[in-house]
Amino acid sequence: MGHRVMMLPTPPTPNRAIAFDPNICTGCNLCVEICRSDVLMPNPQPKQPPIVLYPDECWYCGNCVEECHHPGASTLLHPLNQSLPVIWQRVETGEFFRLGMRNPPPPNTRPPAG
Amino acid sequence: MTTWYEYLQQYGTLPEWPYPIRYGEEQVFSTDVLVLGGGIAGCHAAINARRAGVDVIVMEKEATKWSGNGGAGVDHWLSACTNPCSQVSPEDFTAQIIADCGGYDCGPLRYINAREGWDALLDCEQMGVRIRDVQGEFAGAAFRDEETGLLFAYDYHARIDLRVYGHNMKPMLYRQLKRLGVTILDRVMVTALLTEGGEVGTRVIGAMGLHTRTGAFVIVKAKATILATGLPGRIWLFSTEYRPTFRDPNLTGDGMAAAWNAGAQFAKLEESYPDSGTLAYLAYGMGNAHNTWHGASIVDANGTEVPWVDRDGRPLESVEERFLPSPGQPYMVGHGLRVPTTYANHVKELAPDLPERIRRGEIVLPLYADLTRLPAHERRAIFGLMVGNEGRTRIPVYETLTRAGFDPDRDRLAAPVMHPEAYAHANFWAGMLVPHWRQWGSGGVIVDWDLRTSLEGLYAAGGAIYGAGAHSSAAASGRYAGRKAAAYARTARESTPDPAQVAREKACVYAPLKPEGRSIGWKELNAGICRIMQDYCGQYKTGTTLQMGLRLLQDLRESEARAVAAANPHELMRAVECQSILTAGEAIIRACLARQASSALLNFVRLDYPAIDPPEWHVLVALRRTADGVTVEKMPVDYYLRPPYAPTYAENYALHAALER
Repeated sequence: MGHRVMMLPTPPTPNRAIAFDPNICTGCNLCVEICRSDVLMPNPQPKQPPIVLYPDECWYCGNCVEECHHPGASTLLHPLNQSLPVIWQRVETGEFFRLGMRNPPPPNTRPPAG
Repeated sequence: MTTWYEYLQQYGTLPEWPYPIRYGEEQVFSTDVLVLGGGIAGCHAAINARRAGVDVIVMEKEATKWSGNGGAGVDHWLSACTNPCSQVSPEDFTAQIIADCGGYDCGPLRYINAREGWDALLDCEQMGVRIRDVQGEFAGAAFRDEETGLLFAYDYHARIDLRVYGHNMKPMLYRQLKRLGVTILDRVMVTALLTEGGEVGTRVIGAMGLHTRTGAFVIVKAKATILATGLPGRIWLFSTEYRPTFRDPNLTGDGMAAAWNAGAQFAKLEESYPDSGTLAYLAYGMGNAHNTWHGASIVDANGTEVPWVDRDGRPLESVEERFLPSPGQPYMVGHGLRVPTTYANHVKELAPDLPERIRRGEIVLPLYADLTRLPAHERRAIFGLMVGNEGRTRIPVYETLTRAGFDPDRDRLAAPVMHPEAYAHANFWAGMLVPHWRQWGSGGVIVDWDLRTSLEGLYAAGGAIYGAGAHSSAAASGRYAGRKAAAYARTARESTPDPAQVAREKACVYAPLKPEGRSIGWKELNAGICRIMQDYCGQYKTGTTLQMGLRLLQDLRESEARAVAAANPHELMRAVECQSILTAGEAIIRACLARQASSALLNFVRLDYPAIDPPEWHVLVALRRTADGVTVEKMPVDYYLRPPYAPTYAENYALHAALER
């Protein structure tokens, strides 16, 4: 088990901001083109998802996700200190849920109005 | 494998900068009207200037398709006093708002918003934005006009604030710019204005900018220029680590600093407000009862409802009353306009003694926003229509929460658990405000009834103008400024930039490529500037500490700021932003020194001048940079209704609006 270990500075926080699913993302870079902060950079490897270079400069506007033509290719990930306080309670049963929980309830598939 | 770290670990090599490097290379353009900033104000300005028949260039730091503070979408269209259902005239509305602000607000900006904000929205509808409920999803709702399908907010009787399906606002504006043949220079941050002879206080003849991906130097010669850059940020508060700022973090006052350096006159720079910074929570994604969530039922851990009250503190009997004025009240002014609450404009609110009720144990934490207690249409309007369309909530909140299973028909959303005082304001997600972490108030350039600044050739729109506003204000003033700048451009000549001014600016912009001494990064510099502003220009100010702050900023500019280093064009942009922030900080401190009185209306405390709002200081403190320093002038707060202008809003508008094409 020869692990190659490198000297690296600690990653910036938030660590990720945007997650890509390489099985869905085609590497078209539409999101790169519109990201207001250039959080995302084109990947030197062809057809690969963009590189999240500056996650610490993300505004979490979500426009990269909105711009994407392939649902599920990109997901906005709030940093834990923002997502953990997001808690809700089902009025009828009293159950508690939270953003990011291990076994989430089924998604609510109703789209926004309009 | 998509973060930089993962890439490095997988491939073992550093990825090269993906864009061509063009440091120092001059790219020169020429146009009739140059719009600085392609946000909401800038897009409307460009569209209307182009429709008036002149050539237009937009210089935008981000990517125009979604850029700007209002770029991610909009749910409220405020102050639409001329919509067919409105019960309030633009004249009454403007007079009321200006009075509520104690006069410290920009009359032309407010009136133009009230007078043609609705027209700007109709423009947007033509471009492809949905502004009404055409499918009848909200048929029968108290906030829907059955004839027009318009949906209203806050005051269902006055009907001046609309709820709109504005998630695609920017893409539609962007498409229109392209259809009209407007030249768009994306990824170019403005760094300085070009002036006649390169001097301070002369006619503005274009602007210079830095390409944020290639590092190229952009020069645009223009007969008229419109300042449409938004509210400066990152002045008191900078931390990327734990929470993004509420406002677009790329708004660092580049346009403001450029106009200041060129000698434009500014007002209200001394105004600032506490912010919660990293203490805040997911915006509009936590239980609350403010703005988008106005009218929501708030319940405590035991299901006890926090009462909604009217302006006399009387508890409301029904949900419907939350959206109707108090007995005897003509109309209510909703949230988002940054107008102080007064008895006259008071909008229904949660019991203001909520912190005390929590301390007494009468209300038990945690609190929840329980939309299931609202009528179905109201619930759908708040979460489905507004959270689903507002900038920074469609994906960050609506999509994120519904994918995780949140259902507003069945669930109640928790408010953050905080110190009781933090519940004094129903905007619970904003968290606890910190007095010395401040945000820009409503300072900006002074304009006349043409929305022209004190400099010939320079017009302004949106947040760049002093006085507060919202999305519709940016749109309406952009629309107006676009017409006026185009009219001026048709009569003006093109000027040749002063080579010495260009050379000076280039030296300044590229300095971080050759840092002096022991280099530092832009983040450390930004945070350093903020520390000075927190300490020396916080909630409590004195002449002595303000002077110390000014000295420190100037010293920083001459020393550590020269050591800031940039490894690529992106870092170069960030380093140059620090220059804008330094300039904004200096201008703010000078304004704070100039106002020798405290003011509740301006949220301004001078410990050495404790008298609050004395009559002799009921003036605009107007500052402008000159060749040898800074000039301060006291201006009447209502200068725009005094000679040479006409005495009423309507008359001035009729004389200046130039609606004929």
